Amino acid sequence: MSINATLIGQMITFTLLVWFTMKYVWPPIMQALEERKKKIAEGLAAAERGHHEMELAGKRASVALKEARDQAAEIVGKAQKRAGEIVEESKESARTEGERLIAAARSEISREVQQAKQSLRDQVSVLAIDAAEQILREEVDRKKHEKILKTVAQQLDKA
Amino acid sequence: MATETHDAGGATGYIIHHLTSLSAGEGFWTIHLDTLFFSVFLGCLFLFAFKIAAEKVTSGVPGLLQNIVETLVEFVDTQVKDSFHGKSKLIAPLGLTIFVWVFLMNFMDLIPVDLLPDIASWIGIPYLRVVPTTDLNATFAMSISVFCLIIFYSVKVKGGIGFAKEMLLTPFGPWLMPFNLLLKTVEELAKPVSLGLRLFGNLYAGELIFILIALLPWYVQPLLSFPWAIFHLLIITLQAFIFMVLTIVYLSLAHEEH
Repeated sequence: MSINATLIGQMITFTLLVWFTMKYVWPPIMQALEERKKKIAEGLAAAERGHHEMELAGKRASVALKEARDQAAEIVGKAQKRAGEIVEESKESARTEGERLIAAARSEISREVQQAKQSLRDQVSVLAIDAAEQILREEVDRKKHEKILKTVAQQLDKA
Repeated sequence: MATETHDAGGATGYIIHHLTSLSAGEGFWTIHLDTLFFSVFLGCLFLFAFKIAAEKVTSGVPGLLQNIVETLVEFVDTQVKDSFHGKSKLIAPLGLTIFVWVFLMNFMDLIPVDLLPDIASWIGIPYLRVVPTTDLNATFAMSISVFCLIIFYSVKVKGGIGFAKEMLLTPFGPWLMPFNLLLKTVEELAKPVSLGLRLFGNLYAGELIFILIALLPWYVQPLLSFPWAIFHLLIITLQAFIFMVLTIVYLSLAHEEH
C-alpha cells in the first residue's frame, strides 16, 4: 500500500500513452471526423441545391407549358379564322362563277333567240311572198308591184 | 467469484493475500510488477485498438471498431470543448487516454476476484493484484503527471511572474501574502491528491467488497456479487469520466488569466 518506485514506472507509462495518443491516434481520427462533417455538409448543400433547381425547373416547365398552350390556342384561332375566310372566298368565287355562267347562258340564249328570229323572219318573208305571189299571180304584175314588195320585206326585216 | 480453498490464516489471510502486490526490490525501490504489467498491457491494448482504427480511418462509412473509437473520441472532444476554450493539441488526447485507460484498468475489477490470481498461482506466481487502479502508485502517477501539466501550463500561459503573482496576491491581496501562498499551495496540492485518492478509494473499496463477497457461502455470492457488479459497472465508468473531466477542468483553469 506504500508509495514506491512503481509510481515512477506508472508515470513513464502514462506519459508514453499520452504521447502516443497525441501523436498517432488523435489527429487522424479527428481529421476523418472533420472530413466526414465536411462531406455531410457538402451533401446537404448539394441536396438543397438540387431541390432548388428542381423547383426552378418545375417553374420553367409550367411557364413553357403555358406558352405552348397559348400558342396552340392562337394557332387554332388562326386556323379557324382561315377556314372561315376560305369558306367565304369559295362562296364568293362560286357566286361569281355562277353569275358568269348565267351571263354566258343569257347571252347564248339571246343570240339563239336572235338567230331564231332571223331565220323565222326569213321564212315568214318567203312564205308571205309565196302567199302574195300566189294570190297576186293572177292580178299583180311582179314588176309593177316590186316596190311595194320590197317595202314589205324591209318592214319584216325591221320587225 | 469462484469458491476456493482459503489460504492458511482464514478470512484475514485470504484478504491480505488478495491485497498484496507481486513486488520486486526493497524499500522505496520496490516495484509492483502486477500493477505495471496490467497497466502497460491495458495501455497497449488501448493504443493497439485505437491505432488500428486510426490507420483504417475513413471519412466514408465507418466500420464497427471505427464507430466505437469515433464515439469515444467525439465524446471526449465534446467534453474538452465544453470546458476548455483555448487551443491545445495535448488536452483532448490526454483526456481520451485517461478516460479509456482508467476505464480499462477499472474494468479489471469485474473479472472474478480469484480467477487471475488462481491461474497465476498455478504457474508459480504467489501474489497478483489485477486492478492497477487499486494501487495508489497507479492513481497518483496519473494525478501527479496531471499536476505537473497544471504547473507547466500555468507558468507557460501566465509567465513565471504572473504565476507567482497569482500564488502570492490572490485571493486576499498583497497584505496577506504568506496566507495567500499557503492557501494557494493547499488549493493546488489538493488537486492531484483528491484526483488520485478518489479513484483509488472507489476502486479499492469496490475490490474489497468483491473479496468480502467471495468469502461468503457460494449460494449467497451471486445474490450479492451480481447487483454489486452492475453497480460497479456504473462506478468504473463514472470514475474514469470524473478523472478525465477534472483533468480537463484543472488544465483549462491553468490556461485562464485572472
